[in-house]
Amino acid sequence: MFCANLLACCLLLGLITTAHAQRKGDLFIRNGTVLTVTNGTLENTDILIRNGKIAALGQNLKVPEGVEVIDATGMYVMPGIIDAHSHIAISNVNEVTNPVTPEVSVGDVLDPYDIRIYRALAGGVTVSHVMHGSANVIGGQNETIKHRYGETDPDALRMEGAPRTIKFALGENPTRVHGRGHNVPPLSRMGVEFIIRDAFHKAQRYMEAWDHYEQERKRNPRAVPPPYNERLEVLADILRGNILIHCHSYRADEILMLMRVLKDFGIQRVVFQHANEAFKVAPELAAFGAMASVFSDWWAYKFEVYYSTAYNAAILTRNGVITSINSDSPELNRHLYHEAAKTLKYGGLTEDEALALITINPARQLGIEDRVGSIEVGKDADLAIFSAHPLSIYAVCKKTIVDGIVRFDADRDPDDMRLRVDPERPVELAIRWGDHQHGHRCLEGIDLIEFLTETLQSEWQ
Amino acid sequence: MKRLLLLWIIGWLLSLPAAQATDVPKARRGVFALTNARIVTVTQGVIERGTLIIREDRIVAIGTDVEIPPEAEVIDCTGLEIYPGFIDSGTHLGLIEIGSLPETRDYRELGDLTPQVDALTAVNPNSVLIPVNRVNGVTTVITEPEGGLLPGKAALINLFGYTPEQMHVGGVRLMVLDFPSKGRRGPWDRRKPEDIEKAFREAMDKLNEVWDRAERYARIDSAYRANPEKNPKPLYVPEMQALLPVIRGEMPLMIKVDLAPDILEAIQWVKKRGLKRVVFSGVAEGWRVADKIAEAGIPCLVGPVLSLPTRESDRYDKAYANAGLLHAAGVKIAIRTGEAENVRNLPYHAGFAAAYGLGREAALRAVTINPAEIFGVDDLIGSLEVGKKANLFVTDGDPFEPKTQVRYVFIDGYLIPMDNRQLRLYQEFLHRQPGLELHPATH
Repeated sequence: MFCANLLACCLLLGLITTAHAQRKGDLFIRNGTVLTVTNGTLENTDILIRNGKIAALGQNLKVPEGVEVIDATGMYVMPGIIDAHSHIAISNVNEVTNPVTPEVSVGDVLDPYDIRIYRALAGGVTVSHVMHGSANVIGGQNETIKHRYGETDPDALRMEGAPRTIKFALGENPTRVHGRGHNVPPLSRMGVEFIIRDAFHKAQRYMEAWDHYEQERKRNPRAVPPPYNERLEVLADILRGNILIHCHSYRADEILMLMRVLKDFGIQRVVFQHANEAFKVAPELAAFGAMASVFSDWWAYKFEVYYSTAYNAAILTRNGVITSINSDSPELNRHLYHEAAKTLKYGGLTEDEALALITINPARQLGIEDRVGSIEVGKDADLAIFSAHPLSIYAVCKKTIVDGIVRFDADRDPDDMRLRVDPERPVELAIRWGDHQHGHRCLEGIDLIEFLTETLQSEWQ
Repeated sequence: MKRLLLLWIIGWLLSLPAAQATDVPKARRGVFALTNARIVTVTQGVIERGTLIIREDRIVAIGTDVEIPPEAEVIDCTGLEIYPGFIDSGTHLGLIEIGSLPETRDYRELGDLTPQVDALTAVNPNSVLIPVNRVNGVTTVITEPEGGLLPGKAALINLFGYTPEQMHVGGVRLMVLDFPSKGRRGPWDRRKPEDIEKAFREAMDKLNEVWDRAERYARIDSAYRANPEKNPKPLYVPEMQALLPVIRGEMPLMIKVDLAPDILEAIQWVKKRGLKRVVFSGVAEGWRVADKIAEAGIPCLVGPVLSLPTRESDRYDKAYANAGLLHAAGVKIAIRTGEAENVRNLPYHAGFAAAYGLGREAALRAVTINPAEIFGVDDLIGSLEVGKKANLFVTDGDPFEPKTQVRYVFIDGYLIPMDNRQLRLYQEFLHRQPGLELHPATH
């Protein structure tokens, strides 16, 4: 009986582990124009994929027995697109209760059923940096996911081994939500700086207290440890350089401010998100080694983006700042290749530079550049196959591959790609998006109506 | 001597602002000869290595054998292409400056029924947004109010001029009707289906009541006009007065409608009310009922094209494919972005529609001659033809391709400076001076 139970347990354990193991595929992509991004364009090139990795790259490769062949003649193969700023595949975005909430993580609310994962795949996107919102100065931790649409275990989405990242936010959003919305600091950009410094100082004290305890314990085994604090634990990990900061920011002054603060606390790595005015402080960003993840052309939706330019990515690139173009939108993420193409016009970037903005550069910003972001032997087989050059308006994504498995196929997939139908919903009602649909998901979770009413009231007073 | 010196100083002082003023790029008119160009007329085919002559506000000659007037300023367009100015059939441009600031939003008036308000009134000709958008070849847009049932009148405007009147094209105004909807307003809209249905019915009742009154008002007004001695003058009701031209068929009605059931209701409603001059705008689910729209003969201003599907169960590319599917069913279409600050992306909305089924030629027509015909200004704009307004632009390639640069833009015969704040920021900050020297903060 005991043996049988043990056997059952073992079987169950086995099942669980197989369920968690990522599915990885074998494929042969024949005769495509391969845009490697890091090593130029290779014509009439085959790609052999073994166990989810790029195993070989070259002309007239041999197809191993039993490996499925995709004919890419006349098509373009590029690395899977990486969106460095997304809010898809999660059921919550903002923990609005405090200006400092590093203890929460969007990784806890992953939703593998989100149809927006599939729709991103249909635009060639294989990796998303799923971020906490921008309501808080120090927001929650983010999650880098692979678009393994079809898997129903939330854990299957996580990109295993991707570095931890956290969301910070400066400027109008945190001052609006907390200062104006809840009457607690910050109400101004001065307050934003103080909130960050205050949090880091407290984390330093916390680390000192634990160091002191560790020392003390050697002498006195009955020493009392300091109270455990998850918020301060995460902040301490930021100070130790174990968590990458991705900071929502717009204005040049606040970008400079954060670099000053980080320098004071010995933090070296930071990616500025949105950063519409990063072009104004491009030399400072380059000197610091800070990176920027920007929109192609969004502007004027609020005051802090009024003095923007669509040439932002080009100016940053020319000044030596590692730059990516992101979406922050479940609509825009479907055509990031098109957003990148706009830099050919706005600032005259080369095709490889434009492609880097949505592949190897965001990979660097997420610390996953040794795994994804270019087509090289040994890297993950995350690829997108387009009918024409992806920087052309006429390009249509035909297939998207994650870990060697075709997760999107324009010619084979049925129209309805939902993984489940909500039984609570009697009839699927259509959504009327209207003209202002590309609203920013960054502030999702905040009752905007209530907030706007409050704002209006306070302005009338 | 002293007096002479004083005069000299005054003269010098006066000359200062004048000298500075010449540095500011200004639009100018005259006689222009665009030579050796690939001329894409849209309505009369493509002319290779042709010449197009502009005199004042008009195109006066097009062809391969055109005499260049001696006074003409010649712009050599070897390797370049000329297109009619693109028309965006639905925007809020000029009515909004900064999205989040209510003080700068003028596209929405209080109340459900405000047909008397006029978008043209609130168009800011000096909006920073306008030069940013027109340099991409969008010369003309519909700018429209929104909100409520009857939010006001939309207007067709050129993206150049110093007064709304100078910008106004062909006197075109359209009455906007935001048709009641059986759909959700967004994923956050958690109303029960029965509540949505109830709200729809109430809105329809309201619309019908308003229209009954408007028709009655028109009869009273007509009777009074026919015989002012005998019949009473209608009461002053601004909403009803505003609807008179629509009831009489003098002003088109632009019906904002997106979802399939709403479109079917709208078709029935238009038929019942006997309205002849109607266009649909938005039409996101037009593809579902394309045959019905074609049968009703109602033209559609389709878009935004770069948009999400309306239902989770729909194919991912339905918003891109919609324009093509409507066109294939025989519906006359034009494309709209629904944008303000990024109307400049109209060529890309058209390009995506082209790539997902509409085809390049039809997409080109959907941003040029089709909207001109729909708005009744095809005698003025929408194609490159002798006698039409010089609304056109010159590119170094396919205007739908992102890599293509626009070299020249003419609006109403004015050669527009290819200058705007975004470009000036680029020029100033590409190689900033000083660089790092005076900023020790990050060293």
